[in-house]
Amino acid sequence: MKRGFRNVATWLGALIIGVAAFCAIFAPLLVPHDPFAQDLGKRLLVPFWMEGSDPQHVLGTDQLGRDYLSRLIWGCRISMLIGVTVSIVSGLIGITIGVLGGFLGGRVDDAVLFAITTRLAIPVVLVALAVVGLLGSSMPLLVITLGLLLWDRFAVVARSTTMQVRNLDFVAAAWCAGSSRFRILTREVLPNIASHLVVVATLEIALAILLEAALSFLGLGVPPPLPSWGLMIAEAKDYMFFSPWVIVIPGVALFVLVLGINLLGDGLRDLFGARSA
Amino acid sequence: MLRFLVRRLIVALLVAATVMTLAFILTRLSGDLATAIAGPNATQADVDAVRKAYGLDRPLVTQFFDWVGNATMGNLGESFFFKKRVSELIGERMPVTLTLGLTGLVIALLVSLPLGILAAVRENTSLDRAVQVVAVLGQAMPSFWLGLLLMIVFGLKLGWLPISGTDSWQSYIMPGVVLAFSAIPALTRLTRAGMIQAMGSDYIRTARAKGLSRASILLKHALRNAAIPVVAIAAVQLGFMLGGSIVIEQVFALHGVGFLAWESIAKNDFPVVQAVVLVLAVIYVGLTMLADVMNAVLDPRLRGA
Repeated sequence: MKRGFRNVATWLGALIIGVAAFCAIFAPLLVPHDPFAQDLGKRLLVPFWMEGSDPQHVLGTDQLGRDYLSRLIWGCRISMLIGVTVSIVSGLIGITIGVLGGFLGGRVDDAVLFAITTRLAIPVVLVALAVVGLLGSSMPLLVITLGLLLWDRFAVVARSTTMQVRNLDFVAAAWCAGSSRFRILTREVLPNIASHLVVVATLEIALAILLEAALSFLGLGVPPPLPSWGLMIAEAKDYMFFSPWVIVIPGVALFVLVLGINLLGDGLRDLFGARSA
Repeated sequence: MLRFLVRRLIVALLVAATVMTLAFILTRLSGDLATAIAGPNATQADVDAVRKAYGLDRPLVTQFFDWVGNATMGNLGESFFFKKRVSELIGERMPVTLTLGLTGLVIALLVSLPLGILAAVRENTSLDRAVQVVAVLGQAMPSFWLGLLLMIVFGLKLGWLPISGTDSWQSYIMPGVVLAFSAIPALTRLTRAGMIQAMGSDYIRTARAKGLSRASILLKHALRNAAIPVVAIAAVQLGFMLGGSIVIEQVFALHGVGFLAWESIAKNDFPVVQAVVLVLAVIYVGLTMLADVMNAVLDPRLRGA
């Protein structure tokens, strides 16, 4: 019973991510209009479920007359791109120091633990805002900044799982067979902790997407006119009391995408039997 | 116990020192601050004057030790824009942020403790699953968007609560709820797990055998033990909430420390930015230390760690 319920949730998550990935990859082919093209004669057209909608613009248009559906699809591309790239950057940092700390122990591990403690003390949103504010907003800068800030969970999980694997028999066997330290790390340890790291990666993608949206909402994330969902909400904020759908549409998209990633992550965690990861 | 305390204190001080260094580096990232402060229409003479006035013409090393020395003594410098001492500015804004953070924490505990207990008592029923679904949904909710939705519904359509500002205690309800949302999933899961573990333990069996009432077993015996980690995590969550309140203060126009930081970033007012980063980090470090000490007092097995 419980399994079945969990399975449905996991498949739902996979479905959402599948659709999002499809939109992200094929966005240039999928968009019905140019997401950057303004048409001041067609500003704030309502979406299809409301009276007086334009069949040309299924989800209506924004305050500059840009097609909302096209911007939404393009925004999915931005969200996915940021989520995945941030997760790669933070994964490289976090996994490297986590595995080294867990594998080598001693002083190195003390240093790793200290780095994790320090990282957790740093207010992420504030520092990311400050960096982007001082250096000017751009996608690469945003990805590097978030990547440098979000490696803590990778490090924690990589460290603890490496410690568990380090003392198992097959690692001892590899030592006896004369394998080098590097070979043991890459051939014996990493493959055996990979499943835990995949779970962390999904959660980090979700977190990075939410953070990017929040930063863009505050005006210090993805630069306009790129249709980041957070930026779409920020630009539509002035009109939300008269036409609430302008913030509801990108918000629902953001919520559903993050929900899908979290559902898949939870499902994978159960599948791998890693309860505490 | 004393050794444990001293060790935790040393780590906390080292973390604070590291954050102090990072905050300094952070604000020097843009290269030439004097040009940024002087503005786009400034002449070279203006820029030089600014550089001299703010001590930016000195070597970086001197500036760094100046900042560290002064900050350690509680002097966080002077704001470029507000022409005021930074410590004074932060002191003025802190009550708003603390009120918001504590409101958020209280709401989060009021929601997640009963939910977690309920889910644990009815483990593996549809009620348990419903609670878990709520936790998953809460985790995916973008806080700033939830804030805007609440403003539309409760501020505009129903007219129950003020949309922005800090005029009355009602102003803190919506931001508090939004802030609580970020902590509810974790706290609910922790309460549930703790209660399930406690309910399976020997002392609960003993309590049952004695014929105690169900409510007494749940609240007096199980919850007391399950609450220890929850209270500790709640302290840490408060630290995260204070850091995350920058977004919510912006949404609801609450003029707290987060709002101050956001304004200062926009105005290149770097003494304020580096000070807020430091203050928030120090508060977080203090709260985690409090949580660790609390855990150690309640559970002596942890003191060796």
